[in-house]
Amino acid sequence: MEEKWTTVIKPKAGWFEINWRELSQYRDLIFLFVRRDFSVQYKQTVLGPLWFILKPLMTTFMFTMVFGQIAGMETDGVPQFAFYLCSTALWQYFASCVTKTSHTFLHNAGIFGKVYFPRLIMPIAAVLYALVNFAVVFAMSIIINLYYWMRGGMIRPQMQLLWVPLLVLQTAALGLGVGIIVSSLTTKYRDLNVLVSFGVQLWMYGTPVVYASSQIPERLRVLIMLNPMAPILCNFRYALLGSGGFETFYWGISMITTIVLLGFGILLFNRVEKTFMDTV
Amino acid sequence: MDELAIKIEGLKKQYRLGTIGGQTLSAELQSWWARVRGKEDPNLKIGEDQTRLGEKFWALKGIDLEIKKGEAVGIIGPNGAGKSTLLKILSRVTAPTEGTVKMKGRISSMLEVGTGFHPELTGRENIYMNGAILGMSKREVDEKIEEIIDFSECRQFIDTPVKRYSSGMYVKLAFAVAAHLDAEILIMDEVLAVGDLKFQKKCLGKMEDASGKQGKTILYVSHNMNTIRQLCTRCAVLRQGKIVFDGDVERAIGIYAEQEKGDLRGEYELAEAKRPSPDHGRVLRITKMEFDRDSAVYGTDERIRFRLQWKASRMFDQLSLNLSVYYEDGSIAGMTQSETFGNGKINEIICTEFSFDAGNLAEGIYYFELDVAEVNEYGAHFSYDHPRQKIYFELKKTCNFNQNVYDLTWQRRYWGNVHLNTIKVEPW
Repeated sequence: MEEKWTTVIKPKAGWFEINWRELSQYRDLIFLFVRRDFSVQYKQTVLGPLWFILKPLMTTFMFTMVFGQIAGMETDGVPQFAFYLCSTALWQYFASCVTKTSHTFLHNAGIFGKVYFPRLIMPIAAVLYALVNFAVVFAMSIIINLYYWMRGGMIRPQMQLLWVPLLVLQTAALGLGVGIIVSSLTTKYRDLNVLVSFGVQLWMYGTPVVYASSQIPERLRVLIMLNPMAPILCNFRYALLGSGGFETFYWGISMITTIVLLGFGILLFNRVEKTFMDTV
Repeated sequence: MDELAIKIEGLKKQYRLGTIGGQTLSAELQSWWARVRGKEDPNLKIGEDQTRLGEKFWALKGIDLEIKKGEAVGIIGPNGAGKSTLLKILSRVTAPTEGTVKMKGRISSMLEVGTGFHPELTGRENIYMNGAILGMSKREVDEKIEEIIDFSECRQFIDTPVKRYSSGMYVKLAFAVAAHLDAEILIMDEVLAVGDLKFQKKCLGKMEDASGKQGKTILYVSHNMNTIRQLCTRCAVLRQGKIVFDGDVERAIGIYAEQEKGDLRGEYELAEAKRPSPDHGRVLRITKMEFDRDSAVYGTDERIRFRLQWKASRMFDQLSLNLSVYYEDGSIAGMTQSETFGNGKINEIICTEFSFDAGNLAEGIYYFELDVAEVNEYGAHFSYDHPRQKIYFELKKTCNFNQNVYDLTWQRRYWGNVHLNTIKVEPW
């Protein structure tokens, strides 16, 4: 008799098997996770959601003080506060994508050990959560830019503004890729877990976040630009503020790096997700 | 109704023994480098038996099972038989090493109630959260939310964060969500033991409805034979990763109980048993232990008698046998020591007989491990042999125990393992 089975459990998955249909069946869960993270984050705090705005503002303020005022770094003539806020917005997005997704397996071992749902839900929810956060900071950045622009500051948005959605998407893809590689490896090796928050911080200094790309010495330029985040950030700032230039060539390389990292990440994730409960 | 709902074919699951994972990358590199050079692994725990590391362990050794639609199948077996592993594979928490499982219809597994509950969220929010984790869409939860709240008996507190709930309310709410899943196949691991008696009855009723009236397929693992009897139409007994019986519920329970008794062996071969360190059993080695009967069941008024066969390569005359006695669940019951003994000759099998009175222990199954130590002139002990073999015995109540007025069933939870002597009513 020809049987129609709806679920077949086999020892190993294919290398690139993502069950899109299943993922879409669980889309409610993704949104619930995102919503949960939001409502839980600032429960029992006085300022509540205001923290979403306060945190990046305070970071930007510190950057302006330390790097702008004390160290006197060049920002290509762009008002310092606008410059740092714009950089922080995108960088924080990337950083939280990486850190949040990298904790996927370890933090959720309890749930994963008891019930099945597509494991990829967790990193996706993390990236979406970070995206909403980013949207708030980004909107704030636009308002600040408008303010400076009306007062005649050096804010010159470029035609490349059209690329911004792609840049944001690429940041998410890169953050997701790096994050899930780390999360897959941390099931066995806890070292990476310690490295993540620290590593992301170091990575920031290897990326033109607190300095303009024109500040980079020529001999370090190639090295820094090979960092996939560097051209993304440069282009993002160029599009919004007109600072620096548009790095077409390095952006291409960064694209390739992103795709490779994301592909490798999904590959690893697929390997690990089925049996990680035995090793975690 | 002969349609199959679950088909399990040649299912096997292998685990590696020893520590995998939980190690840091540098430690792993270090171990690897040591192995390459043929040196001893610096990360091995001292005393850990090196030969067993990396050894494979089959938790499931080929399970074949077919379950028809609408059947309620119970799975019983002793701890470590592979029940949980089987459920984990069926609910896709982990993947099998070999074999396939095919299932028809939506599956929902309840290995634990309240998975994904977040303490900061309110009861209502958690219903949505938990429902989604178990595979319900938001619309489905919307339709059922009133029913769920009623079932949980928590309506009054439904908009309060669950961290303020009592533990009883917490599990009630969690179970209410799980009970309203619209899946065709339900996989459950002893989740019925929640809430007060009234609520437990309600849960059982709900489950019976699910299998009886709604024609859902149920796979249920439990140690509680009563719920198995009530809920299941068929029962499989699992032992050491294999199905040893599959069929009628009462017979399965009988076979399971019989197996449990099998653990009360009359004799143990200990020559090859594991020792805690290579030094144990080198100078002195216990080769065999036997009780004075085929099955180690004793009355509380009897002395437990056993004989040890052992061999030593030097003369001893101040040996002492130490027994730490544990209740079968691993809680310590007490400890006793023997009078000193010795061997008359070296390198020959010596038989020594012992007996002790366990009359103060409450009825039940206990185990101990043998430990032979030498007592020096200062009273210090040095352990010479300690076979890592749990030796079980059962104590059965003898009727006129302590001449108690009331024949009480021993409430281990409240009274512990030791039955103190009767309080005498007498003038002093």
